[in-house]
Amino acid sequence: MAFKDYDFNDTYFATFDDEKALVTKDIQVYYGDNHAFHDGNLSFSRNKITALIGASGSGKSTYLRCLNRMNDDVARVTGQIMYRGMNINSSDVNVYEVRSHIGMVFQRPNPFAKSIRENITFALKQHGLKNKSELDKRVEESLRGASLWDEVKDRLDKSALSLSGGQAQRLCIARAIAMKPDILLMDEPASALDPISTKNIENTLNQLKKDYTIIIVTHNMQQASRISDYTSFFHLGHALEFDRTERIFTNPHVKATEDYISGNFG
Amino acid sequence: MNPKIANKIADAVIYILVAIVVIILALLIGFILITGIPHISWHFLTSVSQSFSAGGGIRDQLFNSIYLLILTLIISFPIALGSGIYLAEYAPKNWFTSLIQTAIEVLSSLPSIIVGLFCYLLFVIEFQLGFSILSGAIALTFFNLPLLTRSIQESLESVPDLQRQAGASLGLSRWKTITGIIFPIAIPGIITGIILSAGRVFGEAAALIYTAGESAPAISYSNFNPFNPASFLNPMRPAETLAVHIWKVNTEGVTPDASQISSGSSAVLIIVILIFNLGAHYLGKHLYDKMTASK
Ligand SMILES: Nc1ncnc2c1ncn2[C@@H]1O[C@H](COP(=O)(O)OP(=O)(O)OP(=O)(O)O)[C@@H](O)[C@H]1O
Ligand SMILES: [Mg+2]
Repeated sequence: MAFKDYDFNDTYFATFDDEKALVTKDIQVYYGDNHAFHDGNLSFSRNKITALIGASGSGKSTYLRCLNRMNDDVARVTGQIMYRGMNINSSDVNVYEVRSHIGMVFQRPNPFAKSIRENITFALKQHGLKNKSELDKRVEESLRGASLWDEVKDRLDKSALSLSGGQAQRLCIARAIAMKPDILLMDEPASALDPISTKNIENTLNQLKKDYTIIIVTHNMQQASRISDYTSFFHLGHALEFDRTERIFTNPHVKATEDYISGNFG
Repeated sequence: MNPKIANKIADAVIYILVAIVVIILALLIGFILITGIPHISWHFLTSVSQSFSAGGGIRDQLFNSIYLLILTLIISFPIALGSGIYLAEYAPKNWFTSLIQTAIEVLSSLPSIIVGLFCYLLFVIEFQLGFSILSGAIALTFFNLPLLTRSIQESLESVPDLQRQAGASLGLSRWKTITGIIFPIAIPGIITGIILSAGRVFGEAAALIYTAGESAPAISYSNFNPFNPASFLNPMRPAETLAVHIWKVNTEGVTPDASQISSGSSAVLIIVILIFNLGAHYLGKHLYDKMTASK
C-alpha cells in the first residue's frame, strides 16, 4: 500500500491541564537498524481512556509496548517515560515492579492453561499475596470488574481454556486488573471478538475508567469514538495528532488525520 | 483426475501404510509374547539365573534393568531439563547455539558400541568405577541426553509466545513464567521424551556389556544399605540387565534351556516396557490435569 506523502512536521498536539498518569518524552524505537518509531511525545490523563488509531504498521503496538517495557527483548527504546515522577524507561528501574503498576491486555486472548481462579491468583501469589480470603476477594472483585463474574462464578476451578473467546478476553482483563494496576494498556482487545462480546468489553472499559487510566489501540473508529476521551493518530512511525476524541473525529487539524478519518487515505 | 477420487486414493494409500506398520508391530510383539509367555512363571521371575543347569530365573536381571533406568533418569533428567530450558528459553539464536544443537544431535547418532568402549576406558578403567550399574547409567546418559534435551526443548518451544508475554505483562520474572506457566503445558511432550529414552535404556545391550558388565552376583533384597556390596541398591556392583542377559544366553549360553530363557526374558522385557509406557502416560496425564486444571 502506498500512502500519500504527508509532512511529518504537520502535527497538532492539544494540551489539557488535567492530571497526567503517564507522560512520554521523545520516545524512539529501533528494531535493529530500523527506526520504527519517532519522537513519541504524548501525555495520558488520569482516569481517562486514550485511543491510539492509525493504519496497520503505523507503530501503535510498537509505541504501546514501550509503556510497560514489553519491548525490552525485541527493540531498543530511547527517551523518557515519566510515571509518578520517575523515568521508568531507565535501565535501573525494576521492570517487574513497573509491569505490576502498568498492566496489559493483548489482541488475542491468552489465558493461562490453568483454572479460572488460578489465572487470577497465580501472579498475585508470586507477588506475595498469600492470604486465602484476600485472594478470593480479589478473584471476585476482578471478575466483577471485567463483567465476567456471573458467567463463571459456578466454575472457578474449571480450566480457563473452556471459555469462549470473549469470555477469555474478559478473563485476561480481570487478570490484569486483579493486580490493581494504575494504568491498563490494551492492544486491540476486541478485534478477535464478535459484536456482542465487543459490546461487553466496551461496557467493561467504561466501568473501569473510574479506577484506571486506559490506553487502547484500536482499528475500529466507531469504537474509538464510542469509548475514548482522547485520541492520537499515528502514521508511519509518527504520532501526528492528539486531541479530544470528538475533535479528532469531527474537526481534525492535521491533513493526514482528516484523510484517515474520512477514508481518503493511501 | 477429480479431487474427490484423488482424495480417496490418498486416503487409501495412507491407510495401507498405517496398516503395514501396525501389522509388523503386531506380528513382532505377538510372536515374542506367544513364544515367551508360556515360559514365564512365578519361579522364573523370582529365582536367580543359572550358568550351567536348567531352571534359572531372571530375578536380578529384571531388577537391574529397572534400577538402571531409574539411575539413568536421575542422572540425565536434571541435566536435560536444564539444557532444554536453556536452549528453548534463554539461548540467543546465534552460531554458538546452533553448534551446541549440532553437537547434541551428533551425540545421539553415535554407535552404542563406541560409547560403550569410551565409557569403559574412561569410567570403568580410568576413574576406577569398575563394571557397575553406575558406569552403565553414565553410558546410557550419553544416549539419553540428546533425546531428552530435544524433547524438552521442543515441548517448551511449542508453547505459544503469547503465554510468555502474558506472564511478563503481569510482572512475573522469566524464570517464574517458565516454571509456573510454560512448563506445565509442556509436560505431555516431556513425558513422551522420557518414554522414548526409557525404551532405549531397556533395550540397550552393546554399551552395557562394557560398563555394567555381564555378571549378576548374588544380591540381597533385604539389605537396604546402598554402600554394602551385597545390597540390591548398591550402584557400584556389576549388574547384568535383561537385554544383556538375552544377548548372553543366545551367544554363549550353555544351559539346556537357553532358548526358553531367551524367549521368556524377551516377553518379560516387552511387558515391562509396555507397563512403563502406560504408567508414565498415566502419571503424566494426571500431573498435567492437576497443574492445568483440565480434566
Ligand atoms: N518485532 C519486530 N521486529 C522488527 N520489526 C517490527 C517488529 N514489530 C513491528 N515491527 C515493525 O515496526 C513497524 C510498526 O509495527 P507495529 O506492529 O507497531 O504497527 P501497528 O500500528 O501496531 O500495526 P497493526 O495495526 O497492524 O497492529 C512495522 O513496520 C513493523 O514491520
Ligand atoms: Mg499492532
